[in-house]
Amino acid sequence: MDVLPSTVTKKRGGRMQHETSRSGAIEADPDYVRLVRSRTRFSLILTLLTLAIYFGFILLIAFAPHVLGQSLTGGVTTVGIPLGVGVIVAAFVLTGIYVRRANSEFDALTQQLLERHK
Amino acid sequence: MTKQSLWISTAAMLALTACASIALAAPNIEGGERQPLNVEAIIMFVIFVVATLGITKWAASRTKSAADFYAAGGGITGFQNGLAIAGDYMSAASFLGISGLVFASGFDGLIYSIGFLVGWPIVMFLIAERLRNLGRYTFADVAAYRLSATPIRIISALGSLTVVAFYLIAQMVGAGKLIELLFGLEYLYAVIAVGTLMTVYVAFGGMVATTWVQIIKACLLLGGATFMAFVVMMSFNFSPEAMFARAVEVHPGALSIMAPGKMVSDPISAISLGIALMFGTAGLPHILMRFFTVSDAKAARKSVFIATGLIGYFYILTFIIGFGAITFLMNDPAYFRAAADGSAYDKVKDLLGGTNMAAIHLAKAVGGSLFLGFISAVAFATILAVVAGLTLAGATAISHDIYASVIRKGRASEASEVRLSKITAIIIGLVAIVLGYIFEQQNVAFMVGLAFAVAASCNFPVLLMSILWRGTTTRGAFWGGLAGLLSALVMVCLGPAVWEDTLGHAKGSAPFPYANPALFSMTLAFVSIWLISKFDSSASADAERAAFDAQYVRSETGLGASGAAAH
Repeated sequence: MDVLPSTVTKKRGGRMQHETSRSGAIEADPDYVRLVRSRTRFSLILTLLTLAIYFGFILLIAFAPHVLGQSLTGGVTTVGIPLGVGVIVAAFVLTGIYVRRANSEFDALTQQLLERHK
Repeated sequence: MTKQSLWISTAAMLALTACASIALAAPNIEGGERQPLNVEAIIMFVIFVVATLGITKWAASRTKSAADFYAAGGGITGFQNGLAIAGDYMSAASFLGISGLVFASGFDGLIYSIGFLVGWPIVMFLIAERLRNLGRYTFADVAAYRLSATPIRIISALGSLTVVAFYLIAQMVGAGKLIELLFGLEYLYAVIAVGTLMTVYVAFGGMVATTWVQIIKACLLLGGATFMAFVVMMSFNFSPEAMFARAVEVHPGALSIMAPGKMVSDPISAISLGIALMFGTAGLPHILMRFFTVSDAKAARKSVFIATGLIGYFYILTFIIGFGAITFLMNDPAYFRAAADGSAYDKVKDLLGGTNMAAIHLAKAVGGSLFLGFISAVAFATILAVVAGLTLAGATAISHDIYASVIRKGRASEASEVRLSKITAIIIGLVAIVLGYIFEQQNVAFMVGLAFAVAASCNFPVLLMSILWRGTTTRGAFWGGLAGLLSALVMVCLGPAVWEDTLGHAKGSAPFPYANPALFSMTLAFVSIWLISKFDSSASADAERAAFDAQYVRSETGLGASGAAAH
C-alpha cells in the first residue's frame, strides 16, 4: 500500500501490528496529550521570539537606521554593535533554553510514555 | 579496477596536477593579481590532504552497509555532529566574504552574518528532532513517510539537486579563483584538484569520511580565526571601543562604518533575503542529512545547540577579523595595488586580490608568512569540506530517492543502491569540474542566494507541512513544492542579479525588482500546498490524512525510530 512508509512495510507483520497498537495506546494517554501540547506551545513561543528578534532587527535597519547609528556611550561604538551581537547571542541562548527543558522535562515524559506502553 | 589501483591512480592524478600547475603557474603571475607560488601554504595543504585521505581509507574499511555510507551508521555523537554541521555550514564564502564585507563597509557585514545564523534556532524548534525520529537517510524519507513515495521523492530530489547544483557551481568557481590567488595554481588545475578530492572522500569514505573532513576543517578554521581575532584584540588591550576608534580613523568611510549603510536599501528586499537565509538553512539537503548520523532525537538536539554556538562564535570572530583588517592593513601600502600615476591608493578597492582577501592579508600581518600559509590551507580545506557534503547529498538524492524508491520501488538491493551512489558521486565530481570551468568568467555571486531561496521555497515547505499539518496530501505537497521551486527560479532569472548583472540588460530594467524571491516564492509554496491539499478529495488523500496520527506519535516520541546502526 502506497500510504505506508517503506520502513514499516519492510518489517515483519507482527511487529508492525504491535507498533500500530502501541502508537494508538500512546495517543490515547493523557500524558502524551500533555507532552505534545506543552512542547508545541514551547517551540512555537521560541520560534515566534526568534522571528520577532531577527525581523525586528531587520525592520530597524530598513526603517530607522539612525537609531542603530547612535553612539552608545559617547564613543564611536554605536547602539547597532551590541544589538547585532545580541541577536547572535540570543539565537544561541534560545536554542540552549529549548535544549534544557527538552533534556529534562520532555525527555522524561517521553521515556515514561514509551515504558508504559511497551 | 581494483581498490588498490584506484588509490594509486588517484594519488598519481593529484601529484600530476600539482606538478603541472606548479610548472605552469610559476612564470604566469599576471598584473600582481595572482599571488606568487605559496610554498608554506602548499606544504600545509598537502599535509591536510594526506591526513584526510588516510581518514578516507580508514572510513572506507568501515563503510559496509547503506546506513554506513549515507549516515555513518548513526554512530556520530551529538558533539561531533555539531562540529561537522558547523564545518559543513561555515564556507570559505562566509569566512573570506563576510570578513571582506566588514573590511569594505563595516557594520553591513554583521547584518549578513546574522541572517546566516538565525536559521539555526528554527531548525532546532521545528525540524531537528522530528526529522531524526521519522527519517533514515534523507529528508525525503520524512516527507514521504505517509505520503505517496514516487511524487514526493521526485519533488524532494528535484529540490535537493537544484540546491546542490547552484551551491556547488558557486563553490567550485569561488574555489578555483581563490586557490589561483592563494597558491598561485592555474584556475583549471585548482578546479580539478577540488573536484577530484571531494569525489574521493565521498565515493570511498561516504558519510564517515565526509564527517571527519568537516570536523577537522571546523577545528582548523575556528582555531585559526580565534588566533587572528585574539591578536587583533590584544593589540587594542581587548577594548572594542579602541579598535572601532582606530578603524573609524583609518577607514575612508569614517563613522559610516559603524552604522547600517547601503546594503539594506528597501524593506521588501531585506525581508525577502532574511526569509531565504532563515528558512533556507532549514531546507539545505546536505545539512538535513547530517541529522541522520546521530543515534536519536536527543543527540540531534545537541548537534544543533553546538553548531549554533560555534557558528555564532565564528561570525563574531569574522567581525573582529574584518575590523582588524581595517586597522592593520589600510595604512600599509604593501597590501595595496599602487596607482600608476603615483596618487594615493583606494583603501578598499585597491586591496591586493580584492576585498575577499582581507582576512588572508590580515593573517600575514598578525602571524607572518607561516601563518599566512596556514590560513590559506585552511581556506582550501574549508571549500573541500563544503563541496564534499554537497556531493554526498546530491549522490544520495539520486541513489536513495530516485533510483531505490522511484525507479526500483524499494526493491533495489542495498549493495546496488550504494554502488550507484558512489558512481553518482564520481559523475557529480566530473560535472562539477566541467561546470566550474565553463562558469569561470560568469558572475556566480547570485547562486548561493538562489540555492537558499530554492531550499526555503521547495524543500522547507514540503518538509514542514508533511510533518506538522494533518491535511497535507501528496498532490498538495508535490504541486506546492514545484510551484515554490519554479517560481524561485523564474523570479531570480527575471531579477536584477541575472537579468542585469549576468545577461547585461540595463540597470533597473529587471521585470522582477527584488534581488531575492523567497518572500514571494516561499509564500506561494505554502499557500499552494494548503489550497491544493484542501481541495484534494481523492481516496488516497483521505488515507494520507488518516495516517497522520501514527506519524505524529512517532515524530513526537521517537516510537519505532531507526536507531544507531540501523539495519
